Amino acid sequence: MDFWATLYVFVLASFIGLGVIRKVSRLLYTPLMSLTNAISAIAVVGSILVTGGDYPLRIRVLGAIALFASMTNIVSGFLITNRMLKMFKTGDHRGDPSTSSGSSQARSRGDGNRS
Amino acid sequence: MMFAIGQLAYIVASVCFIFALHWMNTPATARKGVYAGVAGTTIAVVVTWAEPTVIHHVWIVLAIAAGFVVGVPLSMVPLTAVPQRTALSHAFGGLAAGLVGSAEYYLQVSENPGNLTAFRMVALIAEVILGYLTFTGSLMAAGKLQEVKWIPQRPVTYPLQNVINLLLIGVALALGAALTLHPTAGWAPALFPVVIVLALLFGILLIIPIGGADMPTVIAILNSYAGLSAVAMGFVLDSKLLITAGALDGTSGLILAIIMCKAMNRSFTNVLFGAFGQVQQAKAAGEQKVYKPETPEGAAQILDQSSLVVIIPGYGMAVAQAQHKVRELYDQLKKRGITVKFAIHPVAGRMPGHMNVLLAEADIPYTDLVEMDDINRDMPQADVALVVGANDVVNPAARSDKASPIYGMPIIDADKARTVFAIKRSKNPGFAGIDNELYFSDRTWMLFGDAKNVIGELVKELAGGSGMH
Repeated sequence: MDFWATLYVFVLASFIGLGVIRKVSRLLYTPLMSLTNAISAIAVVGSILVTGGDYPLRIRVLGAIALFASMTNIVSGFLITNRMLKMFKTGDHRGDPSTSSGSSQARSRGDGNRS
Repeated sequence: MMFAIGQLAYIVASVCFIFALHWMNTPATARKGVYAGVAGTTIAVVVTWAEPTVIHHVWIVLAIAAGFVVGVPLSMVPLTAVPQRTALSHAFGGLAAGLVGSAEYYLQVSENPGNLTAFRMVALIAEVILGYLTFTGSLMAAGKLQEVKWIPQRPVTYPLQNVINLLLIGVALALGAALTLHPTAGWAPALFPVVIVLALLFGILLIIPIGGADMPTVIAILNSYAGLSAVAMGFVLDSKLLITAGALDGTSGLILAIIMCKAMNRSFTNVLFGAFGQVQQAKAAGEQKVYKPETPEGAAQILDQSSLVVIIPGYGMAVAQAQHKVRELYDQLKKRGITVKFAIHPVAGRMPGHMNVLLAEADIPYTDLVEMDDINRDMPQADVALVVGANDVVNPAARSDKASPIYGMPIIDADKARTVFAIKRSKNPGFAGIDNELYFSDRTWMLFGDAKNVIGELVKELAGGSGMH
């Protein structure tokens, strides 16, 4: 294992992160959080290796639980980010009867009435 | 050859992730970011799954299926519940890192003790401590946000709290150091779970003293921890893809946490160890201050005659689910040719960007959502500032009262508008337990009641009155 190469990647990636995140629109901080969360759930690759490898049962059980947890983050993270981003519209697009945003809105209104 | 293809795929996935975040710089391109993220994840999963060491497939399929079964409903929660969903996802991320770290340690101890170099052990211990403390800490945060009954909402403090916390994490780190020096000693596999338990406990104790108003910062910090635990996992597994993705997540959480802290004029340590949200002892009031109540009829009349109305939403709007009524009010005012802007304080709500998402859900154009610094320039020209469930973020004490716990915090200058209407559920002080002098200002009139009902009344008045024009 090349210690220095991995450290190098970490430092450079952090600077890319700083540069990119600083430019993210302030409007989108909530979706940003769910998006980065889904992205960092790429830790799923580690769980796949542990779960699928030829290892003792107890090791693979740990891997499978981790795989489930990461997969939950990937699925819910990307879906909810997309759902939130769909809601951001400029004034020009208002009243745009695109069916997808209409249905998501109808659903959330339903939620509001229930409480 | 297979190796080269795999490595190339991981590079492509990393690039996808960077583009995903890059496209978040404007709402116009943001959805492309989601697609890039999905593409990167899919590539990485497929390539990893195809590795020759992966030979048992049934469990992988089952775990992925279970992830879909839980993940899809979690993505459909109402937007007011997004803060707790986010906290829960940090918990899952931390748990995954902790479990993979544990599995990796026991695997190497029994099969390849030689692999447990000092460097790898440091990464492993970091992964496990960060992972498990993020797990319980985020669960606690999610519980507080969801208002689970047996988790106290108000900050819990006790004597020597910080000393005990620091001692706990100190012991965990010391044991981790011992494990790093002697990873294969006879006692090591038995000591490992002790580190795990300490990390789990530390996560709980870290969040117990934190109140709701500090949640935006805390969620951002936990986000950063979850990312860093993924980075540590990348070091353990020698995966540059994991390191890159984790670093992006970690820096994102860090930047958000810094922005939240600045917006409250506080430091990290103060948020984590300051127990800010404690109920302040009410000052012995020399004079009894009185609220000036206003009726929806009267408020509607003044709104009707304004040319610039600034609406200042806060967590109370989320609690009352009032965003759709706010949109109706927005429509009524717009119909009269009145300019309506929303003033968004960075820490309004329970997570970064919370208000923006709620208002976008209600179909309010994001071009009318204005940041604090920009709207403050226009506040003196505003005819009406309408405060909907916000409290501390409009409290002028932050500017003037050195004794106030929020002194120095940047606020939205609601008090500079010609008229202020504040909607408030009850006459009690806000979450931080601080009296708000804005409510007693000459220009302020109070509209008492549930935000949704009060705004509903305003809309009714405006809609009824419009026929007479």
